[in-house]
Amino acid sequence: MGAWLDEPLTWGDALAVFLWAVLFLLIVLGFVTYAIYYERKVIGWMQLRVGPNRVGPFGLLQTVADIFKLLIKEDTIPRKADRLLFVIAPALAFIPAFSVLAVIPYTEKLYFADLNVGLLYYVALSGITTLAIVLGGWASNNKYALLGGMRSAAQMISYEVPLVISVTGVILLSGSLNLRDIVAAQDGGWFWNWNLFPQIIGFVVFIIAAVSELNRTPFDLPEAESELVAGYHVEYSGFRFAFFMLAEYVYVYAIAALTTVLFLGGWHAPAPFLDVVPGILWFLLKFAFVVFSLFWIRASFPRVRVDQLMSLGWKVLLPVALLNVFLTALYLELFVK
Amino acid sequence: MIRTEELLLNVGPQHPSTHGVFRIIVKLDGEVITEATPVMGYLHRGTEKIAESLNFTQIIPYTDRMDYVSAMTNNYVLVHAVETMMGLEVPIRAEFLRLIVMELQRIASHLVWWGTYLLDIGAMSPFLYAFRDRETIVNLFNELCGARLTYNYMRVGGVKWDAPPGWIDMVRDFIPYMEKKLQEYDNLVSGNEIFLARIRGVGRYDAATAVDYGLSGANLRCTGIKWDLRKDEPYSLYDRFEFDVPVGQNGDCYDRYRVRLEEIRQSLRILGQAVEQFPEGGETMGKVPRVIRPPAGETYVRIESPRGEIGCHIVSKGKAEPYRLKFRRPSFVNLQILPKLLVGETMTNLITILGGIDIVVGEVDC
Repeated sequence: MGAWLDEPLTWGDALAVFLWAVLFLLIVLGFVTYAIYYERKVIGWMQLRVGPNRVGPFGLLQTVADIFKLLIKEDTIPRKADRLLFVIAPALAFIPAFSVLAVIPYTEKLYFADLNVGLLYYVALSGITTLAIVLGGWASNNKYALLGGMRSAAQMISYEVPLVISVTGVILLSGSLNLRDIVAAQDGGWFWNWNLFPQIIGFVVFIIAAVSELNRTPFDLPEAESELVAGYHVEYSGFRFAFFMLAEYVYVYAIAALTTVLFLGGWHAPAPFLDVVPGILWFLLKFAFVVFSLFWIRASFPRVRVDQLMSLGWKVLLPVALLNVFLTALYLELFVK
Repeated sequence: MIRTEELLLNVGPQHPSTHGVFRIIVKLDGEVITEATPVMGYLHRGTEKIAESLNFTQIIPYTDRMDYVSAMTNNYVLVHAVETMMGLEVPIRAEFLRLIVMELQRIASHLVWWGTYLLDIGAMSPFLYAFRDRETIVNLFNELCGARLTYNYMRVGGVKWDAPPGWIDMVRDFIPYMEKKLQEYDNLVSGNEIFLARIRGVGRYDAATAVDYGLSGANLRCTGIKWDLRKDEPYSLYDRFEFDVPVGQNGDCYDRYRVRLEEIRQSLRILGQAVEQFPEGGETMGKVPRVIRPPAGETYVRIESPRGEIGCHIVSKGKAEPYRLKFRRPSFVNLQILPKLLVGETMTNLITILGGIDIVVGEVDC
């Protein structure tokens, strides 16, 4: 895929790239549809319920029905809302969510953009979504939405920093910002070569910061239902609301894929004799496990308070992440050089 | 200096965490509350006024609808008041049944509180676990009197229905089941760091303040005052059973949480003893005149409901209807401390503190 980009552009290549992109978009949308189903089922079982089981066999079409319902709902814009910003915000949340997926490598061959600053690209673009949430909260002209948007801004700024610093250790170890190179650097046959083990501190910080970036329990403060009703999207309905939700689930996909790539060895098998199993399956397995863990966390934890969230981010995660960078650098200097 | 404005935020009556149709108007400076004004009355149905034109048996279903999470204790306070006024004897079997349903109700009520409190704090699963276990109690009530929420079970002089065969055994089986589940609750929630950080030291007041505001129930006991009407002014058969009155020390939300969970354990202890001592046979209805006419005069009785001290004041002119009926509703009285507690807290703590007081809006507005 990446090789095509270096060749001269022909009609055939352009068509192929276009079709691949469309196919990929469909895969992501399919994932989102079934991630929602998966989440509702898993959490349903954890909570002694059965989850969706009415629409289609085993409830498989439930999300399709939900999205269809959102599509045909009346599109309401509050009279006193800032129309332009109100309309832009969902799209602004949605577009970066899809854009970040371009740099994720699935196997050695299957990837879409071989960017040398892949990790930086991911972090930079995902930050734009924060802007959308603040905009949405502001433009709604609703006090609850405003509080939700403000919380979101504070939260995401606080957690973006430890998130980036926690992956610095990985970058130091593999010597590259390119996600493919990072996976390649974890190849040693056995699972202890994955970054998870040498970078365990970084991994813990990364996961906490990532859950916070995703706005999921226990860090779902921007949309804290029991306090702020629905937070920043309280005034959104119909498909604009669906855009916010869709963006949230696409980020679940993206973060799970990124975790797999950065810390769980991407497409590598955990042991040399398991190499017969295709890499894509290993990737999917690890990916599914990370997604499951995110749902598991959601079913188990209460929500943290906004001031505690800030102090956790700045007073605990940031120093720990910095310490991790220092230790990794020290290790590289003393033992590798 | 930038001029900042205070934000006037209307919380409720359609807010998900005000437990019904309660409303608070808060002034926010950033996220810090500078002033809170509770607005009550959205669920006011005039129970006390309606009661003046009904006879006592007809009033019982109205008491169900005051504190609908704990209808059995409400039933009891009314019939107990009338019985005290008329000096009626209640058969021992009926009194045992009343005590068992009241303790079951206390557990069910605390379970609803536990589940919804955790939901307020942002954890979804405990709510469903609590309702699974409450469901077993509700099924027991369903077996007993055919209703699941508003039972209309007690009558002046006894209870409406005798326990069906095997019912006492079902209660007996429930006790070890619930004890096991309580352990599960503790494992899941009570030690959770996030949860503890959310409720420790939040909504704190001392014993003197609690007494000044007339708080009762867990809201009073969390400050360390050992005051439980079941012990201090025994009514029904409570003097026959051994149980402890759990108290806290700090008077914060965490202590209220611990006190309520411990009360479930104590209720299970009472239930265990009551089931063992349950009389084999006997009447469930005492000798009651056809028309209930309490003698002219006034009576006030009070009992310990899950939410605190619920009282019933009857003024009778010797007629079949009360001249005046007044309920002391613990939710209403406990709620009065809310504006004081909220000043200086954040929006998040508002929900934590309001949930910790454990109100039922049906009872606040009556």
